[in-house]
Amino acid sequence: MPGPIQSIERAAAMLRLLARGSGQYGLAEIAASLGLPKGTAHGILRTLQRVEFVEQDQESGRYRLGAALLHLGTSYLDANELRSRSLNWADALAARSGQEVRIGVHHDGAVLVVHHVFRPDDTMQTLGVGAMLPLHATAFGKVLLAYDASLSRDRELTSLTRRTIVSPQALERVLTQVRASGWASEAEECMPGEASIAAPIRAFGGLVVGAIGVSGAVDRICDPASRPKPSLVSQVASAAEAVSRALTD
Amino acid sequence: MAQRYVMAIDQGTTSTRCILFDQSARLVSVVQREHRQYHPRPGWVEQDAVEIWRNVDRILPQTLRDGGVGADQVVALGITNQRETAVVWDRNTGVPVGRAIVWEDIRTEELVGELTARPDSAGIRDRCGLPLATYFSAPKLKWLLDNTPGLRERAARGELLFGTIDTWLIWNLTGGVSGGLHVTDVTNASRTMLMNITTQAWDDELLSFFDIPASMLPEIRASTEIHGKTTRVVPGITIAAALGDQHAALFGQTCFAKGETKCTYGTGSFLLMNTGDTLVKSEHGLLTTIGYQLGGEPATYALEGSIAVTGSLVQWFRDKLGLIQSAPEIETLARTVTDNGGCYIVPAFSGLFAPHWHSEARGIIVGLTSYISKGHLARAVLEATAWQTREVVDAMAAELGVSSKALKVDGGMTADHLLMQTIADVLDVPVLRPMVAETVSLGAAYAAGLAVGYWPDLEGLRRNWHLAARWTPQWNADDRDAEYANWKRAVELTFGWAKPRRPRGR
Repeated sequence: MPGPIQSIERAAAMLRLLARGSGQYGLAEIAASLGLPKGTAHGILRTLQRVEFVEQDQESGRYRLGAALLHLGTSYLDANELRSRSLNWADALAARSGQEVRIGVHHDGAVLVVHHVFRPDDTMQTLGVGAMLPLHATAFGKVLLAYDASLSRDRELTSLTRRTIVSPQALERVLTQVRASGWASEAEECMPGEASIAAPIRAFGGLVVGAIGVSGAVDRICDPASRPKPSLVSQVASAAEAVSRALTD
Repeated sequence: MAQRYVMAIDQGTTSTRCILFDQSARLVSVVQREHRQYHPRPGWVEQDAVEIWRNVDRILPQTLRDGGVGADQVVALGITNQRETAVVWDRNTGVPVGRAIVWEDIRTEELVGELTARPDSAGIRDRCGLPLATYFSAPKLKWLLDNTPGLRERAARGELLFGTIDTWLIWNLTGGVSGGLHVTDVTNASRTMLMNITTQAWDDELLSFFDIPASMLPEIRASTEIHGKTTRVVPGITIAAALGDQHAALFGQTCFAKGETKCTYGTGSFLLMNTGDTLVKSEHGLLTTIGYQLGGEPATYALEGSIAVTGSLVQWFRDKLGLIQSAPEIETLARTVTDNGGCYIVPAFSGLFAPHWHSEARGIIVGLTSYISKGHLARAVLEATAWQTREVVDAMAAELGVSSKALKVDGGMTADHLLMQTIADVLDVPVLRPMVAETVSLGAAYAAGLAVGYWPDLEGLRRNWHLAARWTPQWNADDRDAEYANWKRAVELTFGWAKPRRPRGR
């Protein structure tokens, strides 16, 4: 068994220190309090700042606990913020793939569509933001299920089409595949004639905060054997990586 | 042959972006860096031009790295910029004489009052197409020359250069003190109040009215023109276009035909309509400006409705009130309630721009009751942008006698769906967002790519425009009219608030 990781212990000590008293400390004070060289303390503080557990006052340069710590239990990335930060890459995916693009997050046992870009063919389309999609029958949902074990526990798998996965064991096998390949797909499991491909959007440390993907008529998304087109899969995967980078820059 | 790309630098009010586009106008890589805003006194807004230049120096190479693109694959660079912001620097050292005075800055309010009172101010508007206001560069430049000890003498000796940010960046990119080009484009020049809107040359009467030495001014060129190659940062890239950000957005939205209109939502918001070869002198508080000028062709005119404070109201809500952590959270907060609860915010932080042009107006929050929550305030913030859009859209319709059937939008705030829906509701027309929300950058890239033949013609660019989202009106007419009436009453309450604090000390 590996030993304790020193930098995590030190980070925890820093958070405890900042939670005390006035809650505002300079770098030198933090380093002195914990008996650390300033460079080491600074590195840990910068990392904690990156993940928003610590904030630095712009004027005084002092550190304090970050607001994110207060909201640990609630959804950590605001859905509107996710849309705003992924706007460029969702547009680029739609332009490159020629398909409609959606971004979904988990909400109340379903996929909440937080962003939607039209298929770039200037046909009449309706904005689908705010729609709820089933977790087990869409590529977006499978991505969210694959990276959060608590979501798939004791879930009732409603049959929506004759292709919907209704057996928990079968779904578990699919989710294992999703984790291995890094993307999910679905053909006519939610709606007859419709298919989707999606990949995970990851924040700091690899935490999955949403799924981005394309959807549309089966013959647009899949080859004649109902397998997702490889070119679309790689476009979706690179868009997911680009959004993840935008979130962690 | 290796894939080739066009690069755009979008030097905006709060940040600088560098973006690579491919031939289908798809974004390949983007790097952004914010710069500091200085507010040394109420109403003063300054930026450090050197910090902005350093940011360009950092993001340009990183954009190439992120895209896996070599400098030799970049066929052209287009520069677009926040307009009116004035920089003065020493031509021999390259050092600015002070911080840049930003377009939103209203320190020249009294100066503008004095200038307006002069009998010879009557013909100004006809010459430059603009009303006398703190917004434009000439009063800022005059203020600098009048209030910085020794500056007039240095200017008279020919030691100083003036420029808007496009000029500052091109001068630096092409060598700075070692032979940097001192140029601007006609759209940026049209925002200084020093250019004659009909001849598109610096105007002697305007220069003498503002007492500006001609030796400081850059050479005016077309918007698409091969300026030369970069010699610094990443040498050897052809600078093939420069144009003000709003003009670039008009270009990026492919509003090439007379009557085509767009609105860009950023720090402020700007509605521009292409008026072709017709110079329209507004009776309804709109500005006459140059839309763009292709090299070797006559300029295309535009009418503009400028709104000073839209995105910056959200930033104020975040930074000064601390009610949200990030700008997009305004939508989350606003959705906690279903309406504004009777509360209205008129963000006349820099006075009111179009169509009112009340420099002395100041912001208000009105309709406060104990019922009002921060959610209602967030709604009022978003609605302020929507109603201000309605005012300039109405002015545009009054000017031309026709109203448009839809509004083409772009800019970062188009990510806010509640705002876009509200705009559709208050205008009672559909709101359309194109596939590239970074339309300002795209327009600069289009202009540069066109100059070097990367794109053959304007029609080719039009085919790249695709609809990405559409919001349709949902409010009923009675609600809309009642709300508009309330908004108008709120606006009237802002008028006449600011009084000169003391007589000027000179």
